[in-house]
Amino acid sequence: MSTTIEPTVRVETTRRQPMPPRERLETIFHVDGLDAIYSGKTAVKGVTMEIYKNLVTAIIGPSGCGKSTYIRCFNRMNDLIPGFTQTGTIHYHGQDICGSNIDAVAVRRNIGMVFQRPNPFPKSIHDNVAWGLKVLGMKDNLDERVERALTRAALWDEVKDRLKASALSLSGGQQQRLCIARAIAVEPDVVLMDEPASALDPIATQAIEQLMHDLKSEYTFVIVTHNMQQAARVADMTAFFSISQGEEGRRWGELIEYDATEKIFTAPADKKTEDYVTGRFG
Amino acid sequence: MSAQGLTGPRLRLDHLARRRRVNRLMEGLAWVAAAIAIAILGIVVYSVARKGSSELNLNLLTKDPIPFSLTNAPQGLANAFAGSLVIVGLATAMALPVGILVAVYLNEFAPASIRNGVSLVLDILNGVPAIVIGIFVFGLFVVGHGQNGFDGAFALACLMLPLVARATMEVLALVPNSLREAGLGLGIPQWRTTLSIVLPQTIGGIVTGTVLAVARVAGETAPLLFTSSLVGTQTSWNPHHALQSIPVAIFELSESPDPKDHARAWAAALVLLLFILVASLGGRWLATRSRAKMASR
Amino acid sequence: MTALDLTDAVRRPFTGRRVRFGDVSLQVVAGAAAAATTVLVGLITWKVIDGARPAISRYGLHFIWRIAWNPVVGREVYGAGSFLFGTAITSFFALLLAAPLAMGIALFLSELAPRGFRAPVTALVETLAAVPSVVIGLWGILVLGPALRTHIEGWLHSIFGFIPLFGDPSPAGASIFTAVIVLTIMILPIVSSISRELFLGVPHELKEGALALGTTRWEMVRGVVFPYARGGIAAALILGLGRAMGEAIAVTQVIGGGVFIHANLFGGGDTLASKIAASYQGSTTNLSTASLVYLGLILLVFSLLANVTAQWIVRRVARKHGITRGGHA
Repeated sequence: MSTTIEPTVRVETTRRQPMPPRERLETIFHVDGLDAIYSGKTAVKGVTMEIYKNLVTAIIGPSGCGKSTYIRCFNRMNDLIPGFTQTGTIHYHGQDICGSNIDAVAVRRNIGMVFQRPNPFPKSIHDNVAWGLKVLGMKDNLDERVERALTRAALWDEVKDRLKASALSLSGGQQQRLCIARAIAVEPDVVLMDEPASALDPIATQAIEQLMHDLKSEYTFVIVTHNMQQAARVADMTAFFSISQGEEGRRWGELIEYDATEKIFTAPADKKTEDYVTGRFG
Repeated sequence: MSAQGLTGPRLRLDHLARRRRVNRLMEGLAWVAAAIAIAILGIVVYSVARKGSSELNLNLLTKDPIPFSLTNAPQGLANAFAGSLVIVGLATAMALPVGILVAVYLNEFAPASIRNGVSLVLDILNGVPAIVIGIFVFGLFVVGHGQNGFDGAFALACLMLPLVARATMEVLALVPNSLREAGLGLGIPQWRTTLSIVLPQTIGGIVTGTVLAVARVAGETAPLLFTSSLVGTQTSWNPHHALQSIPVAIFELSESPDPKDHARAWAAALVLLLFILVASLGGRWLATRSRAKMASR
Repeated sequence: MTALDLTDAVRRPFTGRRVRFGDVSLQVVAGAAAAATTVLVGLITWKVIDGARPAISRYGLHFIWRIAWNPVVGREVYGAGSFLFGTAITSFFALLLAAPLAMGIALFLSELAPRGFRAPVTALVETLAAVPSVVIGLWGILVLGPALRTHIEGWLHSIFGFIPLFGDPSPAGASIFTAVIVLTIMILPIVSSISRELFLGVPHELKEGALALGTTRWEMVRGVVFPYARGGIAAALILGLGRAMGEAIAVTQVIGGGVFIHANLFGGGDTLASKIAASYQGSTTNLSTASLVYLGLILLVFSLLANVTAQWIVRRVARKHGITRGGHA
């Protein structure tokens, strides 16, 4: 039953393009029964959902519900954590990228990531973007590619005169945009963003949200955010995760509801979702 | 891991196979490097163990050497074992108190500038080659007076001092200031607080540092060549004249053409190596244990 | 903040309170120990210079590059040239061999080894450092030297003998080549353990950022880990060099002795340190002893240079990483 609720969050429809109708959406990830486990403790359980191409999909939920863990499954970054295992599948272009015979390097080549805290390399601004291009064999028109990436990351005008300067001399917001430029320069298929604006001020945050909006026709974005307003502003689809409890005090994260953003924020189907988006909990 | 690339539109697989090969090659080289290091250690330890075990008997520890012996009379290196015990013991007695005091001064009393300066001095002292220390003590004490065990001990103490001081400084820094404040707050004078409250917390670290320092100097030859090497064959425990030591004995025996001397050198090396390995590994184990204890406080 | 600052805070309200005898005594005694340490280092320098004085006044700075060493009375002449050359050659080649091995070991222990392997293998490499030089030297003379002679030196000489570098192997296997191998073994642990700590200290986020672009582990190491650790690695190499230069015992056991500079790696020679160890006991005249001490002085200067340079690099790198880490807005 879905009586419309009074959301604490105003879902803005003015700035955004309307989502294409469901039938025209193309699935890019098909997640089936995904469990993520750290050293025997389940962090995320039983997620099944489809992520669609050229949309911005937001993952929201209270802290500790495994959002970061979940998103890191998509580019095999959890492989770097000792004791991590996962079960279930994520199908990407027909192949299960969770499989043990899949090369994580190839996965990450096509599914890029921007991290919560800006992590530019201790190199110059130019080299931060150029390094990935060189290593991955995209050396042709290097400077043009760098300029294009920086422009799309809304950073070019601010740095064009000091490309040789160290990346660490930039402000936090600029560093994060540099990391975004670095990620999109190598032309991935999907860009994962793990709370990309949480360490930034509102103006920098706005720049990044605008960026996602402008670029989503070329990339698919999946963004984890603890900020509901941000999800409402920026996302086409929203997935709400919450913490479930079991016996012996065990807790894990579960997908509660996944739908168009409008629906999640105005007429959620699950009571837990409603509690969260109206601020009654979490 | 064997891998298939991903397929699909817009997917990039640029030179992936070549890059994967290079990666595997480099990882392989790293494995080889580690294997080489372990192999070297294994070869050395195996050589010493195999060649040393034949002469490893009680005679080694109880009988004195009989140089140029033409008979098969039992001989050993008793004088070297006794001498090493005395010299290393004396060196520890010299270096330990001074090292602790230096650390106490630097950590509890010294202003930052002096602390940095003396730390630099300690690092410099640590970097002086052992043979130069030998020349130094030779010029300072041996010239005109002849060699003796005290000179050898002093030379070894110079090598131990930076190690003991640094180890003590590290554990002193780990003692929380709240402990010092508690003592002072109770009206206990600073000297009492330092000696009875702070220092006892550091005993573990000091012991570890000393054990590791002993392991380091037990095998030092060069300083002893200059200060305590012109020795007779009789076992002596008197440091007022030169005493034989195990490393010097090994050194001299290794240069001899007589294979029986070589055998005794291997045996002595085996004992020395065992002692040092036990001390080093033991010291390291103690260190991790006391670090864990400190962290859990 | 030292305990001294704390006691000041406690003392101040009690102005006019007499200074405790115990506190002063402890501070004086401990301070004396610190002063004594400083004096010791100065004393070492002075004594070495003093011991070399007869040779310094006789030969001056020319000693440093003169290639001669003849202790025969009546024809005495001394010079450090060939030993300086020996030190330079052996240390340089030892570093050349040890550096890539050490990097490989450090990478293995910090990035590649399965978790269970790391602690034991690290302990094993550090154990190699604990083996005393006289034992390595013993093994060098009796096992390594002959083995190198039979298997490698002879073979290389027969194929490449026309290159002076691969000249006649010395009969017992005591050669510069053996000394180089021995030195490599001795400096390997220190360079690799410092490098390992450096690699472990590279911030996790930087490595993740590189891998997230789709680079291989080796590309990430080459592009992020090595540049980040560059300064520290330089310091580690210099420390290894200093260690190699100062090693007297193991080198003198395996290097075979020799005074003249030659290109033959398989022949004998001497380094500054090994010459001192080999000749001091047989030194009969004042001048020969003083010349040996002069060698020691040169060695001391180079060791101090290496140590101080390494320290300076470490300090500069620490400062650089400290500053750049704080640049957030």
